[in-house]
Amino acid sequence: MAMTDPGAAPSNLALALRDCAVMTKRGLLRMGRVPDELAYNLAQPIIFVLLFSYVFGGAIPLPGGGPFTEYVVVAVFAHTLAFMGVGTGTSLAVDMSRGVIDRFRALPMAHVAVLIGRANAELVRAVLVTGVLAVVGLLVGWRSHTGLLSTAAGLGVLLLFAYAMTWVGIAIGLSVRSPEVAGTAGLLWVLPLGFVSNGFVPISSMPGWLQTVAAWNPVSAVVTAARSLFGNPLGMAAPDRLPLEHPIAAAVIWSLAVVAVFVPLSLLAFRRSARRG
Amino acid sequence: MNGGIQAEGLVKQYGSVRALDGLDLHAPEGQVLGLLGPNGAGKSTLVRILATLLRPDSGHARVCGFDVVREAQAVRRVVGLAGQYAAVDEYLTARENLNIFGLLARMGPAAARARGEELIERFDLTRAADRPVRTYSGGMRRRLDLGVALMAHPRVLFLDEPTTGLDPRGRAEVWRALGDLVKEGTTALVTTQYLEEADQFADLIVVIDHGREIATGKPSELKDQVGGDHLDVAVRYATDLAPALAALAAAGLPEPQADEDTLSVTAVLPGGAGRMADVIRELDACGVEVADLTVRRPTLDDVFFALTRKADEHGHD
Repeated sequence: MAMTDPGAAPSNLALALRDCAVMTKRGLLRMGRVPDELAYNLAQPIIFVLLFSYVFGGAIPLPGGGPFTEYVVVAVFAHTLAFMGVGTGTSLAVDMSRGVIDRFRALPMAHVAVLIGRANAELVRAVLVTGVLAVVGLLVGWRSHTGLLSTAAGLGVLLLFAYAMTWVGIAIGLSVRSPEVAGTAGLLWVLPLGFVSNGFVPISSMPGWLQTVAAWNPVSAVVTAARSLFGNPLGMAAPDRLPLEHPIAAAVIWSLAVVAVFVPLSLLAFRRSARRG
Repeated sequence: MNGGIQAEGLVKQYGSVRALDGLDLHAPEGQVLGLLGPNGAGKSTLVRILATLLRPDSGHARVCGFDVVREAQAVRRVVGLAGQYAAVDEYLTARENLNIFGLLARMGPAAARARGEELIERFDLTRAADRPVRTYSGGMRRRLDLGVALMAHPRVLFLDEPTTGLDPRGRAEVWRALGDLVKEGTTALVTTQYLEEADQFADLIVVIDHGREIATGKPSELKDQVGGDHLDVAVRYATDLAPALAALAAAGLPEPQADEDTLSVTAVLPGGAGRMADVIRELDACGVEVADLTVRRPTLDDVFFALTRKADEHGHD
């Protein structure tokens, strides 16, 4: 192997890309083998959709009008995709504790492929989950009222957000000492992120200072962007805060910023975890 | 010289714990080096440094002539690593695991597939090859783990406690697989807490404790260091241990040791079985009721206890 003719050897970049492809394949094979994990990914959001549209739906009047079900389904999308980041972190922490990551590190592979492959596989999972949720949404009365292109853009905003959350999960999974901590630490950021937003209730129902926090929450931007792209009710009479006035731009910028911060953080945590021994 | 492992003055500190404290080690090419030491002696830290997973605080190490810090990527191309845990993917089959790790070791797809089949057959995993690993027994997992380490034809193999946590049958399975490697002349560093394991496989044994090498040699040489035959005197009652100790001392045997768990007293027997008449006379004189009396060659256990005791005493000076 070390003896391959350097003239015929593929470039480092080509090899690194192949490593990413192999690691993605590994992630996808695993996903197929653990259908209960995927089922668990779906159980909670399906319950959320039913709970929010049938139980709370009638009690929460929307400023600006519109059916509550159409309002809340998109929030469940975003909430679910953020939660998947926690799962990513936990499973990476499991790999660490079992020595699988050490084995990757002792190979002459591009180490970044361990993380990129994981993120890619999680993106595929996010597409599957979004697809199933859309079907459940359609069953309870959620609709997209815009054209194909706009609907696709709405789904794209959600998936970009999912990808960003995956990297948050990866960074946390690599920074903690056990899978249990990864799970708990994940919930600590995902729950406030999901609920202190205009996802499940209109911002106008919150105290003033919390309204500001919620308006600047990336989840609010993502949810509002997707709602406007699907033609769903926005849950506000007139947006009066910057991120919600330009929700699509805000959602894309937030997601890209999270990726830009958490990819290097993940790489740093990956390198540092080796030194912990 | 070029093919083996050379380490000089390796130091690794975790907080206030010195895992490696100036360790030197030389493993010649084509030999199996047994690294023997208790828990926390620094065995795993050493393996992690040699496998490029950790950087030493100071000191140098070379594997096949490549520096483990400055030429880490070159080292990774020539080593195989199997750890304390069977680091394979639980949800994938043996075939998939071998294939994926082969590709990541930069083998071509066809070569990886062929090598995978070869190792499946060799480690007797043919019937289970398409089942997820999580359905495997402990011994099967370790065999697969060993197969994964061997995928890319490594020139040097690191096996960190390959049998820890296995039941006797699993251990025997792994030993059989290791035995084949030894016959092929693979350069390997095998860490173990089991002395009989090191005795059986290692061409050379390095004993470490508190992050330092305390003895190196062939198994037979280490046994000679402890000096001659050992005498075990088993007694019937715990109250006989003290008189038995006194009797052996009176017979001129140096530093007899009592073991309350096994109800026995052990000492080195200088001059061999010729001293037995004295021993028996003294035991009789002290009124010890002897259950059993054995003279045996020292085991590696004796070597290990003798060496670590010496090192401890040295450390407390």
